[in-house]
Amino acid sequence: MDKPLLDVSGLTAAYGRAQVLFGVTLRLRPGEVVALMGRNGAGKSTTLKAIMGVLPPTGGTVWFEGRAVTGWEPFRVARLGLGYVPEERRIFTDLTVMENLEVGRKVPADGRAAWTPERLFSIFPNLAEMRGRRAAAMSGGEQQMLTIARTLMGNPHAVLLDEPSEGLAPVIVEQMADGVLRMKREGIAVLLSEQNLSFAGAVSDRAYVIEKGAIHFEGTMAALEADEAVREAYLTV
Amino acid sequence: MTLLVVAGLTKRFGGVAAAKDVSFTLDAGEMLAIIGPNGAGKSTTFNMVGGQLRPDSGSITLEGASIAGLPARAIWKAGVGRTFQVAQTFVSMTVAENVQMALLSHHGRSRGLFRDARALYRDEALVLLAGVGMRADAERPVSELAYGDVKRVELAVALASRPKLLLMDEPTAGMAPRERSSLMALTAEVARARSIGVLYTEHDMEAVFAHADRVLVLVRGEIIAAGTPEEIRANPRVKQVYLGEAGTKAAMRARRKAVA
Amino acid sequence: MDPSFLVLQALSGLASASSLFVIASGLTIVFGVTRIVNFAHGSFYMLGAYIAVTIVPRLLDLSYSPATFFLGVLLSALLVGLIGVAVEVLLLRRIYRVPELFQLLATFGVVLIVEDLVLKVWGPVDIAGPRAPSLRHGVEILGQRFPAYELVLIAVGPLVLGLLWLLMHRTRFGVLIRAATQDREMVGALGVNQARLFTLTLFLGASLAGLGGALQIPRIPANAHMDLSVITDAFVVTVIGGMGSVPGAFVAALIIGQLQAFGILIFPKVTLVLVFALMAVVLVVKPWGLFGRPEAASGRVMPPEGIPALRRFRPAETALACLAILALLAVPLVGDAYKVKVATEILVFALAAFSLQFLVGVGGLVSFGHAAYFGLGAYAAGLLVTGPFKAPMELALVAAPLVAGLGAALFGFFIVRLSGIYLAMLTLAFGQIVYAVCFQWVEVTGGDNGVVGVWPSSWAAGRNTYFYLVAALSLTAIVLLRRVIYAPFGYTLRAARDSATRAEAIGLDVRNHRWLAFTLAGAAAGLAGGLYAFMKGSIDPTLTGIPLSIDFLVMVLVGGIQTVMGPLVGAAFFHALKDAVMPLTEFWRLLLGLAIIATVLAFPRGLAGAAEALRGRRATAPKTVEASA
Repeated sequence: MDKPLLDVSGLTAAYGRAQVLFGVTLRLRPGEVVALMGRNGAGKSTTLKAIMGVLPPTGGTVWFEGRAVTGWEPFRVARLGLGYVPEERRIFTDLTVMENLEVGRKVPADGRAAWTPERLFSIFPNLAEMRGRRAAAMSGGEQQMLTIARTLMGNPHAVLLDEPSEGLAPVIVEQMADGVLRMKREGIAVLLSEQNLSFAGAVSDRAYVIEKGAIHFEGTMAALEADEAVREAYLTV
Repeated sequence: MTLLVVAGLTKRFGGVAAAKDVSFTLDAGEMLAIIGPNGAGKSTTFNMVGGQLRPDSGSITLEGASIAGLPARAIWKAGVGRTFQVAQTFVSMTVAENVQMALLSHHGRSRGLFRDARALYRDEALVLLAGVGMRADAERPVSELAYGDVKRVELAVALASRPKLLLMDEPTAGMAPRERSSLMALTAEVARARSIGVLYTEHDMEAVFAHADRVLVLVRGEIIAAGTPEEIRANPRVKQVYLGEAGTKAAMRARRKAVA
Repeated sequence: MDPSFLVLQALSGLASASSLFVIASGLTIVFGVTRIVNFAHGSFYMLGAYIAVTIVPRLLDLSYSPATFFLGVLLSALLVGLIGVAVEVLLLRRIYRVPELFQLLATFGVVLIVEDLVLKVWGPVDIAGPRAPSLRHGVEILGQRFPAYELVLIAVGPLVLGLLWLLMHRTRFGVLIRAATQDREMVGALGVNQARLFTLTLFLGASLAGLGGALQIPRIPANAHMDLSVITDAFVVTVIGGMGSVPGAFVAALIIGQLQAFGILIFPKVTLVLVFALMAVVLVVKPWGLFGRPEAASGRVMPPEGIPALRRFRPAETALACLAILALLAVPLVGDAYKVKVATEILVFALAAFSLQFLVGVGGLVSFGHAAYFGLGAYAAGLLVTGPFKAPMELALVAAPLVAGLGAALFGFFIVRLSGIYLAMLTLAFGQIVYAVCFQWVEVTGGDNGVVGVWPSSWAAGRNTYFYLVAALSLTAIVLLRRVIYAPFGYTLRAARDSATRAEAIGLDVRNHRWLAFTLAGAAAGLAGGLYAFMKGSIDPTLTGIPLSIDFLVMVLVGGIQTVMGPLVGAAFFHALKDAVMPLTEFWRLLLGLAIIATVLAFPRGLAGAAEALRGRRATAPKTVEASA
């Protein structure tokens, strides 16, 4: 169907001498939610970092929006319309909610309808009540919502979401899933790394399974849920 | 036999109460899990017991002796070993040397100026490593180990002083699933065999509901529920504010496995 | 005391506080965003003054008015801002990810380069600046005259503070600076061009330093010593205020200004000491300064620098080491008097560098004031033999390590309460205290001139005999220290460096161990200092100063911070090179600066292959890096 928005092939990456990714190939089409599943240390976060350029890849190619962005600095990739929400929340706790949003603000190159704080507040009403509050004084769940709102301020076409359910209370995980589906409804493609099959299953259309830095499964979420052998071999059950 | 009594423990950070009037007890040989959302005060409570934080008020007694507000090293001497959420090891040393450091300290010889440190308490260290299944890796730099193995080494280090109480802050965080259950099973085995009380925090419902004897639920610095895993799983308030549907299902799966 | 006099004293304190704040605010902003403690900030200040004394008179020739004067001052500040941009683009940009110690040294390299360039461009003579038109008179306050220009300065501080507040809270640039102060990588991932943000930050910071310097020209002539004298004050202000905090710098500058204004009335001899003592007290009570916060864990993720793992000499290495020592010991047999002198110096510096390596490499305690203990030993020995006691050399050489060890124990008591960059700053401050005492306490120390006539006992007076005495003491001390590194004490020290949290959790008293280590290293440096005093026959304050501390650090770096015996090689190499090159060029500092920067750029993670080993460690255990939270 659609041409892929994000096209990653043969991606390799290393920390120093230790190679972590051994040729990761995956695609993300406009408007779809794709889960990158795997155990801790399998290379999920590293894949997202290498796509984003936070960790410069040592080989392979990353195409985004029809341009080769391999090895670009993260800010250039972000300006092209790829959002990144890292593993830990990493909001700016010294800044207010509004200031956090300001850091994420980017005017889209193609002039598509811009996200504004007001529009975000209509989605995350509890953020609206605390726009002048320092982020340090927010609860974990509220901070998590702020990371997503902050990323949306950059008007991304696609978002990389690293371990969105990690370390969250199960009840917040449910809110997180709503947030991902909301992005999907807004036409934003999402590539999320995840260990939690039930979370991934609730939000994703397709899935890849990564183990030891290489992709071992590619298919629809339903196919993954049906494939007991793959789940047993590579995932948390 | 009651090992640890925590009563009325309170800690504030800049007006925000991270822990409010937290009270509980722990018996020798018992596994007690503290669960709750991020920021609920689990780590704060934990670090007060371990001496990394000073409580504002409240008491902590270990076998009748007060340890509240003592520095971490004094609490260790009183018989408390601990592991950390992000494993803390001596990254420039080998696996054996990491354990030897704990033994050097235990035997009060950390200020020795002339003996070769590598030769001291080596055999004892190897025995401890064998206990956690890491004997074969004794000579490897600890920085080379997989994360799950680092956690095992941490356990060996924590056991070096023959503690009465073991504190484990998210022992399985960052581990692969299979490693998780084997580490928790190992911990439970050691705790029961040596009558060590284990206090641990966890996000992994399997690690909680399959291994804990009792569970405390902490929300916004307060204990909202305490009881056996069965009681906690069935508690509607806990389900509402913490477990949710998915957490409850995971808890049920874990209980079924534990019982089976 | 006359109340009007006190008021005037307070006002003059406010004026210097203002100047200090303007300079320190730039330093603290740059630190906040880049996490680099920029020694070159003092050079920016000095350049501001030199540029102002050059362009302001020309502008005043065109139009003699206060507006022209301040326009010239602003212009000078902006020009310095551009120089700051050049420094960022050429150097800082390349070292954001290297360990703190390397960053500090690299920016110190800039200091050395700028010093020589300033001498080349403006010459060695101080240049007095013009007074500000219409502000040359005094204003009558409570019956006393007070310079009008000082009143203007008093207003400048709050004005700059207000403008900075607006910039930080009302502009996107300011919000980005504050965000980057907390987590610069995340700012980049959100689409902000970090490189440009950093460049602009340096522009802002350097402009503020330049403004501070340019504003001084009616008060003090531009001179080539302004850089180091202001940078230590600016460090003190930023550290007391909390690094990265602009309001903190303001409050700290006010306190320091008043302390200096009134301190000079009460303790005229020890004003410098007062300031540093205040800093020590503040840091003991509030380890991150008045308004500072624990260094953000996300800001610096770095493996501990220093010796990665201890390894024994292989047989070939033992043979090589023995051969090298034998060759050195044979120098008096084959070389002339000059060569013997150089060899003696190498042995002395080898001990000093090794004692520093004990702190930096093993303990992870980056000392920027190690010369203080070297100097304490030298002064103890020198004053004992020349002073009223007329003690013999033997006693003086026993006293040298004892006095230096006592000094290290006293300072170390405060120092080991801190960590990271704050610890380094406090070692620097204590180094400056020792320097100040040696410099200001003229009756005892001879002040700037020092003391001459520090000669060995007659049996050791021969150059060759003294060489062997130095060799025996220095090598013995090195062998003993090395033994300690491999003993439980050294292992414990390394354990505390790797993870203080883990060390405390297995019952180790980290502070106490570090304190003992600091004392031991200080004593060893003191012995080296004592030996040096007798070799030179004199003592003077340069033996306690920052440049010598930096020399020691360079020796450690050149030899390899990740090796046990490297500092000895480093001392030999560096000292021999300095000795050979210095007489040939008037640009020794420039060359040294360039060499330091080249070393840092070429070996950003320490020397040789150890760099790779460190990177490999990060990959396999990314979570073992200690969080400072």
